[in-house]
Amino acid sequence: MTEQRLVAIVPAWNESGAIGVVVDEIKGFDPAIDVVVIDDCSTDDTAEVAESHGATVLRLPFNVGIGGAVQTGFRYAVEHGYEVAVRLDGDGQHAAAEIPKILGPVKAGDADLVIGSRFVDPGGVYRAPFARRIGIGVFARLVSILGGQRVTDTTSGFVALSRAGIELFAVEFPHDYPEVEATLVALRSGLRVTQVQVDMRERTTGSSSITFVRSLYYIVKVMLALLVASLRRYPRLEGARQ
Amino acid sequence: MTPVRVSIVGAIASILLILVVLELVRGRRLKERYALLWLATGVVLLVLSVWRDGLNTVAGWAGVTSYPPAVLFAVATLFILLVLLHYSTVISKLTDENVDLAQRIALLEDRVSRLEPPPD
Repeated sequence: MTEQRLVAIVPAWNESGAIGVVVDEIKGFDPAIDVVVIDDCSTDDTAEVAESHGATVLRLPFNVGIGGAVQTGFRYAVEHGYEVAVRLDGDGQHAAAEIPKILGPVKAGDADLVIGSRFVDPGGVYRAPFARRIGIGVFARLVSILGGQRVTDTTSGFVALSRAGIELFAVEFPHDYPEVEATLVALRSGLRVTQVQVDMRERTTGSSSITFVRSLYYIVKVMLALLVASLRRYPRLEGARQ
Repeated sequence: MTPVRVSIVGAIASILLILVVLELVRGRRLKERYALLWLATGVVLLVLSVWRDGLNTVAGWAGVTSYPPAVLFAVATLFILLVLLHYSTVISKLTDENVDLAQRIALLEDRVSRLEPPPD
């Protein structure tokens, strides 16, 4: 079996304090991974820092939000013929050392979307604030019901994708607060979705894009998105690609 | 019964709306496809203003017996809602197209920068 071409998709918005370390860690883990940082029109020097650490930087001309930024990475992966992609956040909360865990099932051809979940194993070390754990749990339950398969962490931004998954998300990816809906879209499109336990770190710099004020919009938007996504038709993909 | 003055004022307002919309289209400040709903609004309001029996009939259907001109307000409100909803769909489409363009620009700039090394 030939080595599959692998790309790391890293969305970043004003993460100049963390992005260099993130890129270094990924390259340190495996120099063969091409790191693509999508700079969502940062006002700091995120793009320059990422570039100086050896990443390919895609610069969006204006801020399109996390979903649109990540999708730029998927489109890049399609254009450049990558077979496998991992997506991790530019703030450093996803440790490069955990990449093999989510990569395994995709590389083996057993899954099209592998979600790095904080909650597969109840003994995981991740401790989110109580309210957020409840929210994550409710979304996970909803997606499990609507998608017909049990998932535990639909808000995770730490995922690995096969070519089929990359192609789906390059054309079909929600623009804001995308993770929950994207998981449902993947399930309803017939992708093989699995989840593995990973550890995530506390943020080192910056702040979460989900502030208290935006939480309500977040919840309502995701609920509506899940509702319409389960009413929509998606092309059924035959996941298994060898 | 509708007061005659209400009919006259309603007709004048409708005609003004139609004229303003036509002028905007003529001056290419409004595209025909976005003018159509406004013109329909103006025409329907004009018809209901001038055709007094018609307004009474419609009011009767709606159970408005005391003051038929209220139907003019209701119809105008309905059309304004339609126009706003239509604009929401237009904005949504534009948003998607904007994001698509932004993504293409980012991807193309990357390819251009590979083809043309930056001047030193």
